[in-house]
Amino acid sequence: MTEIFAPTDAEQVAKIVSQAASSGTTLDLRGGGSKVAYGRPMKTDAILDVSALSGISLYEPEELVITMGAATPMSEIQAALAEADQHLAFEPPDYDHVLGRTGGGATIGGVIACNLSGPRRITGGAARDHVLGIAAISGRGDAFKSGGRVVKNVTGYDLSKLMAGSMGTLGVMTEVTLKTLPRPKETRTVVILGVDAETGLKALEQTAGSQAEATGLAFLPKLQSARSAVSVVSAADSVTAMRLEGAGTSVADRAAALAAQHIDADVQILEHEDSLSLWAEIRDAKLMPPSGALWRLSLPPASAAQVTARIGATCDVECLFDWAGGLIWVAVEDDDPCDGPVRDALDGFSGHATLVRASEDLRRTIPVFHPQPGPLADLSARIKEAFDPQGVLNPGRMVDGQ
Amino acid sequence: MEMPEPNQDVIRRSGELAKALAAVLPPGAVLDREDQRRAYESDGLTAYAQMPMMVALPETTDQVSKVLAICGSFGAKVVPRGAGTSLSGGALPLADGVLLGMARFNRILDVDYANRCVVAQPGVTNLGISDAVADRGFYYAPDPSSQIACTIGGNVAENAGGVHCLKYGLTTNNIQGLEMVLMDGQVMRLGGRHLDQSGYDLLGVMAGSEGLLAVITEITVRILPKPQTAQAMLLGFDTVQAAGDCVAAIIAGGIIPGGMELMDGPAIRAAEAFAKAGYPTDTQALLIVEVDGTAQEVEVLAERVSAIATDHGASTIRASTSDQERATFWAGRKAAFPAVGRISPDYYCMDGTIPRGRLAQVLGEIAVMSERYGLGVANVFHAGDGNLHPLILYDANNPGELDRAEQFGADILRLCVSVGGVLTGEHGVGVEKRDLMDEVFTEDDLAQQQRLKCAFDPDGSLNPGKVFPTLHKCAELGRVHVHGGKTRFPDLPRL
Ligand SMILES: Cc1cc2nc3c(=O)[nH]c(=O)nc-3n(C[C@H](O)[C@H](O)[C@H](O)COP(=O)(O)OP(=O)(O)OC[C@H]3O[C@@H](n4cnc5c(N)ncnc54)[C@H](O)[C@@H]3O)c2cc1C
Repeated sequence: MTEIFAPTDAEQVAKIVSQAASSGTTLDLRGGGSKVAYGRPMKTDAILDVSALSGISLYEPEELVITMGAATPMSEIQAALAEADQHLAFEPPDYDHVLGRTGGGATIGGVIACNLSGPRRITGGAARDHVLGIAAISGRGDAFKSGGRVVKNVTGYDLSKLMAGSMGTLGVMTEVTLKTLPRPKETRTVVILGVDAETGLKALEQTAGSQAEATGLAFLPKLQSARSAVSVVSAADSVTAMRLEGAGTSVADRAAALAAQHIDADVQILEHEDSLSLWAEIRDAKLMPPSGALWRLSLPPASAAQVTARIGATCDVECLFDWAGGLIWVAVEDDDPCDGPVRDALDGFSGHATLVRASEDLRRTIPVFHPQPGPLADLSARIKEAFDPQGVLNPGRMVDGQ
Repeated sequence: MEMPEPNQDVIRRSGELAKALAAVLPPGAVLDREDQRRAYESDGLTAYAQMPMMVALPETTDQVSKVLAICGSFGAKVVPRGAGTSLSGGALPLADGVLLGMARFNRILDVDYANRCVVAQPGVTNLGISDAVADRGFYYAPDPSSQIACTIGGNVAENAGGVHCLKYGLTTNNIQGLEMVLMDGQVMRLGGRHLDQSGYDLLGVMAGSEGLLAVITEITVRILPKPQTAQAMLLGFDTVQAAGDCVAAIIAGGIIPGGMELMDGPAIRAAEAFAKAGYPTDTQALLIVEVDGTAQEVEVLAERVSAIATDHGASTIRASTSDQERATFWAGRKAAFPAVGRISPDYYCMDGTIPRGRLAQVLGEIAVMSERYGLGVANVFHAGDGNLHPLILYDANNPGELDRAEQFGADILRLCVSVGGVLTGEHGVGVEKRDLMDEVFTEDDLAQQQRLKCAFDPDGSLNPGKVFPTLHKCAELGRVHVHGGKTRFPDLPRL
């Protein structure tokens, strides 16, 4: 049986990692364990369960700042923020549906370590943009911190950003400080029904470049819209969704003005509650099939149509377009994960494809994260070594053998 | 300020090095005459000056790569420089170093409206990017006061901010891609026209890297549609405390303005005398609050801000009625540094960040220090995000005053740290705040940062003497301490 360490404070984490480094004991870092199936599968000597490092230690709404233990459950954080009418503006997604599980348990440390952001990414920034500071234990067992509790800070390298998205391979975060923001009071979504992907994506592009200040821009083909619990959406042949958020009454006026620009199409406006439901479905990829391999592509938004056409030429896929086309979820129907065509489709464009869901076997053989060109891969390996010279923290979770 | 000991070997071989560099650069791109080098001896932190050994002015990435590789083989240090407006001495040359001027990288390579980004060379000015996309109604959001002069490469290296970063973020939040060259000459690209790079967030690390990690040769920035409307409000208060409380109440009311700036009495009067912006000179604190967005949204927000200001006892409330008037409101604030330069022979600009709620306390303590040091001070403050710029007034011609100003400045920064803030919000550590780093960081913190530097530049040749108070050899930092004892993990909780 794999040994499980369960430290109750940062000092104990430091001791465990330091001894793990001395003895070459590899560790699998766990917060809530909700994303065990995300990333490359690992075989480690022990599990480092940091779930006891939980709890909000500081929350000052008027300062827009919250500090908490890295394993604080998302549900606890969101409840505290809601009480002060605030939220995390990067719209952290819940990956339970994506990873084929139930039970919640996601913690802030995991969300930051995976740098997961939702539809508001296009205007509100990514998870990494909202991290003000972190405290962590390096793979050497040394405690280090970066950043602080203030927004503007260039005191030293921004190691907080480096920790975001590093999947626990560089350090064990013990404490996280985030920027909080006021929660929009009202939201409306203008939906254009039944247009083809090209027309829908053009409308999203036009809105993104306009003064409408849309905070969510997604295109749902029929297979996706059909899975929605919002009746207007599920009844449509496709949905082009444009979300507006803001202070009180002005949002309804803005929605009417935006809808008026698409007067020739079949346009409707989703009211507050429907709007919230739809964007939660988009955020959590709930409109994608619950099983089979699932890819998440980040790419230049204007190349979305071309990239999906390339993939569709050889593979049978379902797609959902978020971020005005800059994010595409691609579900593969049969057992063929289609990795060649998916990654080749990005040739000539910038961008990357992540294999978010697949069997353990597939995740072991196909690089889960987009392979990097030689010099950059070498630099990343040197950075890993700078933080974790013995390779004890989540070895191989991002890159094979690293 | 102690800089790394110049390597006499390198200085002796400087003629040879100049020849080697000239061989890979266009004619006239290596400057080694004294009169040519003189122009580069200081950046915006003019209290420090040092002539570089020579200046190299490459024009292409390939040339940068060759220059760095050649410098590396000579063991010569390299200091990158954009426009030289750094206020922390980030571009201060070294006696045995090559100053790498990036001014010739001055082209915008692509304007991509469909993907809402611009690809620019690092020597393009900050304002140059906004100007290039203005006719289509777009702009680049971070707007440092130095934006006419400073380069986008320098902005990335310092993670520059501006008055609009409360709502739109700093440089780090507005860049999508980079091309960079490591000291060994290797060229690599990070990110691109998409969001969120894969792998480690090296874009995040390069932002604010102060020229110590790699030379940036291309940048992809995101551009935004200009807000439909914007309205600025001047809110005057009798005390700084009242103005600070008003800032907190606006944010607690769920409003994030496009910009929220505060000036104290001395700053208001200096700015008004200089820019004639119509500021109420009899107030002790002036807030400029700008709300932007769609017309409907702005109307709602402006009403709420003015109601909050009334509640907090504002003695002046004026809202701009035209874009021209809005620009006038800002003109005083944007010219605050030169305005203060007019009332004092010299000034020293500080850059601490504090939790907003501590503003009144911090300004109170700065006033006490001002008495003690016998030096005046004017305060401008990015109130929305807690970034304080005290301008210490001194006269360099009076013996000892510069020293006193520097000590006063260091005390202010220590005060910022002691209330939960940091040494620098947007100007960088450079040489200026280098020796204060251990007020914020432990030895382990700094060692980990230096290990990151080692992954990029193992010989420590890129911009040494900046940021880190003590330089360690990479080999020494890489050593792993093996903890003794046979028992594995004694006394540690397990399940
Ligand atoms: C009057 C005045 C007002 C200012 N207002 C603001 C403000 O509002 N907000 C703000 O943030 N700053 C402000 N600054 C500070 C300064 O303008 C910024 O730090 C700016 O980003 C520096 O850009 P630069 O091109 O002048 O860089 P430089 O001063 O030439 O260099 C700065 C640093 O960047 C490095 N560097 C430059 N180019 C590169 C490159 N291509 N690759 C790698 N490293 C590079 C240098 O080595 C150095 O460490 C102000 C300065 C002045 C003089």
